[in-house]
Amino acid sequence: MGEQTPLLEARGITKRFGEFAANENISLAIRPGERHALLGENGAGKSTLVKMIYGVLQPTAGSLCWRGEKVRIPNPAAARAMGIGMVFQHFSVFDALTVAENIALALPGEKMRGLPDRISRVSETYGLAIEPGRAVHTLSAGEKQRVEIIRCLLQRPKLLIMDEPTSVLTPQETGILFETLMRLSHDGCAILYISHKLDEIRQICESASVLRQGRTVGQCDPRTTPTAEIAAKMVGHEVTGVRRAASNETAGPVRLSIAGLSLPARSQFETSLKSISLDVRGGELLGIAGVAGEGQSELMEALIGERLAARPEIIEIDSRPAGRLSPTGRRMAGAAFVPEDRSGHAAVTEMSLPQNILLSHHRAAGLSRMSWIDFRATREWAKRVRERFDVRAGKDDPKAGSLSGGNLQKFVVGREILREPGILVVSQPTWGVDTGAAAVIRQALMDLSRSGSAVLVISQDLEELFAIADRIAVIHHGRLSPARPVEDLDAEAVGLLMGGAHPGNTTEDAA
Amino acid sequence: MILTLEPRAEPSPVMALVTPIIAVGLTLIAGGALLAGMGRAPGEALWVYFVSPFMDSYSRSELLVKAIPLGLIGAGLAVCFRANVWNIGAAGQYTMGAIFGGAIALNAPDATGPLWLVAYLAAGVLGGMVWAAIPALLRTRFNANEILVCLMLAYVAGLLLDWLVRGPWKDPLGFGFPQSRDFGEAFLMPVILAGTRLHAGLWMVIAIALALAVMMGRTMKGFEIRVTGAAPRAGAFAGFSQAGVIWFVLLLSGGLAGLAGALEVSATIQQLQPDISAGYGFTAIIVAFVGRLNPAGALIGAVVLAVTYIGGDNAQILLKLPKNVTGIFQGMLLFFLLACDTLIRYRIRPGSSREQEV
Repeated sequence: MGEQTPLLEARGITKRFGEFAANENISLAIRPGERHALLGENGAGKSTLVKMIYGVLQPTAGSLCWRGEKVRIPNPAAARAMGIGMVFQHFSVFDALTVAENIALALPGEKMRGLPDRISRVSETYGLAIEPGRAVHTLSAGEKQRVEIIRCLLQRPKLLIMDEPTSVLTPQETGILFETLMRLSHDGCAILYISHKLDEIRQICESASVLRQGRTVGQCDPRTTPTAEIAAKMVGHEVTGVRRAASNETAGPVRLSIAGLSLPARSQFETSLKSISLDVRGGELLGIAGVAGEGQSELMEALIGERLAARPEIIEIDSRPAGRLSPTGRRMAGAAFVPEDRSGHAAVTEMSLPQNILLSHHRAAGLSRMSWIDFRATREWAKRVRERFDVRAGKDDPKAGSLSGGNLQKFVVGREILREPGILVVSQPTWGVDTGAAAVIRQALMDLSRSGSAVLVISQDLEELFAIADRIAVIHHGRLSPARPVEDLDAEAVGLLMGGAHPGNTTEDAA
Repeated sequence: MILTLEPRAEPSPVMALVTPIIAVGLTLIAGGALLAGMGRAPGEALWVYFVSPFMDSYSRSELLVKAIPLGLIGAGLAVCFRANVWNIGAAGQYTMGAIFGGAIALNAPDATGPLWLVAYLAAGVLGGMVWAAIPALLRTRFNANEILVCLMLAYVAGLLLDWLVRGPWKDPLGFGFPQSRDFGEAFLMPVILAGTRLHAGLWMVIAIALALAVMMGRTMKGFEIRVTGAAPRAGAFAGFSQAGVIWFVLLLSGGLAGLAGALEVSATIQQLQPDISAGYGFTAIIVAFVGRLNPAGALIGAVVLAVTYIGGDNAQILLKLPKNVTGIFQGMLLFFLLACDTLIRYRIRPGSSREQEV
């Protein structure tokens, strides 16, 4: 390509929030048609940087150049007018409207007439199969993402920013997305691809900038640089994998049993559970894979006891019927839970850490007597969790909400593990946690299962499940596939199940 | 100069205590401007409003008499608001307390013995609870907004009382005035300071507010209420029933408002009239906020708001100021307080914000 003028160049970009520097003197350049990766752990400053490029935030210092000219991008509308499009990690689509209506809303001055045709044309050109007339709430996550991409493409962008685009996709959908991105790039549209997944980046990007703690720590060609080297750059030290104990040959008795659990959806945005059955044995770590929104949160609510099963014996904890027990009753029976959403579900952000211990331990760990709270014991519990799981906070008695996401996650997982429960159900155990902390959490889950507890991990991170699970089941449209040993599975097989293929069953009924 | 609001990392505990004082200060300044606009000397008028209530012993005792119902209702509302349940119809529950108590008092004119007073007050509590049970039921069963239901029921209770004292409970010897007969001796609250109207309700409000403060701070019940109010999903995760909390706080605040109604009628008016409330049910909302939604703090809030009542009476007599000025002062206090509470979560920084929202 040679030394042509970069399409976009960032020079010494710095962004401060109060005392905290989210970006410090970052420079990078992207050529037209280049597929450039922005790599880094959660909190490395990737999102802050692209928000400045997209005009959502303004840099504290430094400058942006577009086609060699210094520019100020005051807001996203200005960015779009220049030719910058962005697909956010969280979709901003209206569920009640159709695909075409959603796209018309985002394009100022766009007429509905003729739009479906233009949508079809773009979708054909780039292999983004979508029907303009369908209501958005009937679409899968991957299809919703296509709506967002088409919305950007209709404005003929020169640079498309993709923020963690594959976190909601099955491996097959990911493959389709990558083909689209390649085609775009050949047509001259540059791609700025944000991710922390190295293998994806190797597949589609030709250059990469690695960020750590708000600084650029390296530029490389991800196709030729060894994975370990890039990972070390991202984390700042050598990455240690989880020590995988030999799978327990003689798994213990069934400790958590689910038999024919069905729950209706309470709204059109919920997924109904359809006759879910599963046994988790003592000493075993069972993983449930699936893309987002396939019934994981509903299953979690049913297991915690926030929603009760139809009959007691549908859920059994250590052979005791528990389907109609309250969350407290289930905890007293030996179960513990970590829901996916740590802010406002697993923890109350405006309360202190000891108070958050109380949330799940008030009866189960005997922290209250006759309704009187034992403050000393509660504080001690919080202290033990903080020490054992290295929960870092700026001050001695922080509110849960002032902890970083990773530290709060270590706290809510550690809180339950430290009780040494007979049964632990955890959803997205390492969501938004840096690699080091994720290793600590995964090791703790593994150790708990090897000590004889039944551990059920619901996760969208396939790599994680393959690293720690003994058996994996897949949830899709509120149905659970039979669990199979990891030795018999590979990513492709699980990926097919995540996309809805039923093993040994070709008659798929409409969900 | 351009100022920017900047979020604090954590809510400031100091500011939570300082903002009521700032709000009172701002109310005085704005109130002074208002009085000047009405052609009065602001200094003198403010002195009548806010200082004269403390100047003689009778006014001081009347201050406490007004603070008793305000404190009782305010303490209950503080608990209720913590649960994120907005009972703004305490005025109706207060009225129903007086009506339920009145039903006993008016049917036993010759009663003697202390047990009758206990039964009278218990009926008052029950009346408030019954009235608060309606929004609780509608909220937990049909997800009806408790703010609207509570507020509208307040007017229903007021009209019910009006009908009673003009109809079935009208005093035959009352020269046609809309009022009931006087209550019997057994139904009058004992006076604790001779020569004043200060009654034993003072000990009750102090004991109840302190007990509620202990409940909120040290027991699982209080924790349950605070968690459910702050994060309902976390409450469900902890195994707390949201419906249970809604019932508990509405019955508690309704019962205390009912008790306040029965106490007030027994201690000061000693008969039922259409206008028994003096707006205590609504003013107590400000009491709860001045008291930082802490039941013990509501005691302080009650005294602060009682000052505006006594001061308003004095201003009416001495300065011929309309009574509505009192309501304006109370309203300004609430507005300034809620506005100042922004400082708990944010700090002010000079300079412009360079961020632009999407």
